Amino acid sequence: MTEKLVIIGNGMAPGRMLEHLLEDAPDRYSVTIFNAEPRVNYDRIMLSPVLSGEKAFEEIVIHGDGWYIKHGITLYKGHRIVDIDREAKTVTSDHGVTESYDRLVIATGSVPFIIPVPGKDLPGVLSYRDLDDVNAMLLAAQSRAKAVVIGGGLLGLEAAAGLKERGMDVTVLHVMPTLMERQLDPAAGYLLQKAVEARGIKVMTKANTKAIVGNGKVEGVELMDGTIIPATLVVMAVGIRPSTALAKEAGLEVNRGIVVDDRMRTSDPAIMALGECAEVGGHVYGLVAPLYEMARVAAAALADSEDRRFVHSDTPTKLKVTGIDLYSLGDFADGEDREEIILRDASAGIYKRLVLQDNRIIGTVLFGETGDGAWFNDLKKKATDISEMRDTLIFGQAFQGGVSSDPLAAVAALADDAEICGCNGVCKGKITGAITAKGLTGLDDVRAHTKASASCGSCTGLVEQLLKLTLGEAYNPAAVQPMCGCTSLGHDDVRRLIKAKGLKTIPAVMQELEWKTSCGCAKCRPALNYYLVCDWPDQYADDYQSRFINERVHANIQKDGTYSVVPRMWGGVTSANELRAIADVVDKFEIPMVKVTGGQRIDMLGIRKEDLPAVWADLGKAGFVSGHAYAKGLRTVKTCVGSDWCRFGTQDSTGLGIRIEKFMWGSWTPAKVKMAVSGCPRNCAEATCKDVGVVCVDSGYEIHFAGAAGLDIKGTEVLGLVKTEDEALEVIVALVQMYREQARYLERIYKWAKRIGTAEIKKQILDDGEKRKAYYERFVFSQKFAQVDPWSERVSGKDKHEFRPMASVGFAEAAE
Amino acid sequence: MSRQERDRMNWIAIGSIADIPPRGARCVATPQGKIAVFRTADDQVFAIDDHCPHKGGPLSQGIVHGAAVTCPLHNWVISLETGRALGADEGSVRTIPVKVEGERLFIVLEALASKAA
Repeated sequence: MTEKLVIIGNGMAPGRMLEHLLEDAPDRYSVTIFNAEPRVNYDRIMLSPVLSGEKAFEEIVIHGDGWYIKHGITLYKGHRIVDIDREAKTVTSDHGVTESYDRLVIATGSVPFIIPVPGKDLPGVLSYRDLDDVNAMLLAAQSRAKAVVIGGGLLGLEAAAGLKERGMDVTVLHVMPTLMERQLDPAAGYLLQKAVEARGIKVMTKANTKAIVGNGKVEGVELMDGTIIPATLVVMAVGIRPSTALAKEAGLEVNRGIVVDDRMRTSDPAIMALGECAEVGGHVYGLVAPLYEMARVAAAALADSEDRRFVHSDTPTKLKVTGIDLYSLGDFADGEDREEIILRDASAGIYKRLVLQDNRIIGTVLFGETGDGAWFNDLKKKATDISEMRDTLIFGQAFQGGVSSDPLAAVAALADDAEICGCNGVCKGKITGAITAKGLTGLDDVRAHTKASASCGSCTGLVEQLLKLTLGEAYNPAAVQPMCGCTSLGHDDVRRLIKAKGLKTIPAVMQELEWKTSCGCAKCRPALNYYLVCDWPDQYADDYQSRFINERVHANIQKDGTYSVVPRMWGGVTSANELRAIADVVDKFEIPMVKVTGGQRIDMLGIRKEDLPAVWADLGKAGFVSGHAYAKGLRTVKTCVGSDWCRFGTQDSTGLGIRIEKFMWGSWTPAKVKMAVSGCPRNCAEATCKDVGVVCVDSGYEIHFAGAAGLDIKGTEVLGLVKTEDEALEVIVALVQMYREQARYLERIYKWAKRIGTAEIKKQILDDGEKRKAYYERFVFSQKFAQVDPWSERVSGKDKHEFRPMASVGFAEAAE
Repeated sequence: MSRQERDRMNWIAIGSIADIPPRGARCVATPQGKIAVFRTADDQVFAIDDHCPHKGGPLSQGIVHGAAVTCPLHNWVISLETGRALGADEGSVRTIPVKVEGERLFIVLEALASKAA
């Protein structure tokens, strides 16, 4: 008979405990989780990268919905437990669900500490604890207004850096004289303050908050000395308190946290507690490494698999702000029996301090260069006597015993039991062992099998070096395909960073994202140009020289260097006048070939580049505009004759096709977009192999997408059925805008859809009306700047240098 | 070539550096075909035949990056300094001496004449 295990809370600690438990005793318990947050288990350490835009929420999910289903775990999302009945062994949620238990685990975590000052409840005052806080901050950051962060500790500084990245004017208030005084000595605190200020964040120390002022919403923060700092957003990040109310009401022993023994058992033998809410040996913990150790201990206790006990150990602190390297560990207060070794390099912004007692390291503070943190930690843990290497100790491991400064050599020199991943307590031997035994080839494999570097990620470099050491040449670190040789970043990272960092020119992207070449290459420049056009339609000035020749001269280059020209025929419909104008142009410019295209257009081939403006001028007089047959953009909307003529037609497919084309022409997209509208399921316009297609039926419009009929052949997928033309247009426009914002340059819709998943696209475009509307409106906005006929612009003289030679030399006779 | 040699050559004015967009190119028509004159991001000027060694693509129409151009037809990358194909491709195109005096640009015609002869 399986026992019933109920868990209150779905944070990282119980999540990890379940992983161990499922491994040790997979069938012993039937598990039910109550989570007050309405979502799955995610990596809270990574909220700061989400805030700064370096990561998306999807990337920090630890257990997706599928994980719970796979393991038969019942997860109540958004259920807060309001009562524990220890007599009856039941828990009850605020939605009235009652569940009985044999074993209960309390993992209620912590609540942010809110300073009890007037105004603390005003709208606009936030804490920094979960995804809801991050989302609220992101919303507030859109105003680009002023923000105040109260608290200059780890969380406060990460919040400040994130808000600054998002474009806000940020001031950090810290009550102590130096930042992060619990982890840093004053010297490192000072360097940190300088580094933070260098990012444009204002720092005020010894700043004691008196009140938060505002009328109905936050308007500023008032300090004890009367200073008022204006702000529309106030983030309180002054610390956390174990969340113990529920345990207290249930009559469990509670001190600062819920008191547990070294096997995580509370005063009630059926109930355990772990995570930030638990107090063990007089300590409560907030960093992930000890919490994960608690998870391991709790799982062992639940599974009866081993007699594992929790032992206190110091955990290093690292700041997750890109570009600021900081590491602190252990005890670094001055003392009579203590000595210290200090290295300062002001010009490089480096500060290192080791605190020694009896020739053993007891504390480490590193700023600016933290590579040796793991080594110092190892020496401290093992209480190694350092008197032999005292003179060179501070320079790090590479200087000991004549070892070269090659980072690989330093990692090779580490002992097998040296800790690599502090968060998950993974040592070097475990990683190299797993690589060899399981044939692991990349970072993701190592993360999956050992958890090393799977939490905060700061040991990623060390893990990669271990892969390199163990696999040698066989290791290919490029897990993400880089955009091109100019960068190691993939398309998705570049797109996200462009938005997150507000990069608005190609040189800014190359500078900020550390391009390896001075001005890119023919692969990355057109991609960057597209991303910037798409993301900043009203602010970015198109970089003409980063466009492929076809988009520069608005015609298609042919093998002999001549061009072909395709005028737009809306929905494939033309007229006698238009045909006459084309015939005249063909005669006048002796165009050698005229051909009908697959997209229901007329193509004129073999036109000399010099003639292009004159050809366009003549076509323009007949009302033609560019057909964009050369563009990574909307090409054609093919139609059949529909209900106007066809005896089977159910709707006006021609009219809808023309309407879509007139609405969407001129838009740039990651790759070409071809569409079609068929008037009935006989589908004469072949809409079911297009990027986007519509098949009209009696009851409305069936929207199709993600078809292909080129290198790959693929029928479309059905997005859904809508009733009216207006709805069809809105859905199609929103879909294309989603594609514009998310796809990689040159990635057709069907490839993008395969990567993202049809379900996700349906969810965002069909099910979520607000999202659809927002996509639609962003497209409409960008069209304001995109719908300019490039041909008429060039007829009026734009880029005229492009169409004639700079000079003619050596033609003796021709000279006058 | 030495300074004296350069000075003795028959330099022909083709226009001003401002006629060429940075990271761009313009053509000069000659009886032997087009010459592509390039201006890099840092205002260096190079001239090569407007004819890719691969399939004759018009190099002047390519994307200019660093001191190289990518041919618009099949993406060969040609060094503007040496005229040689970079990367795995093999082939080269003739380079033409260019002189920049202030804003004015000159190329050498004799090289053309001798080739024509």
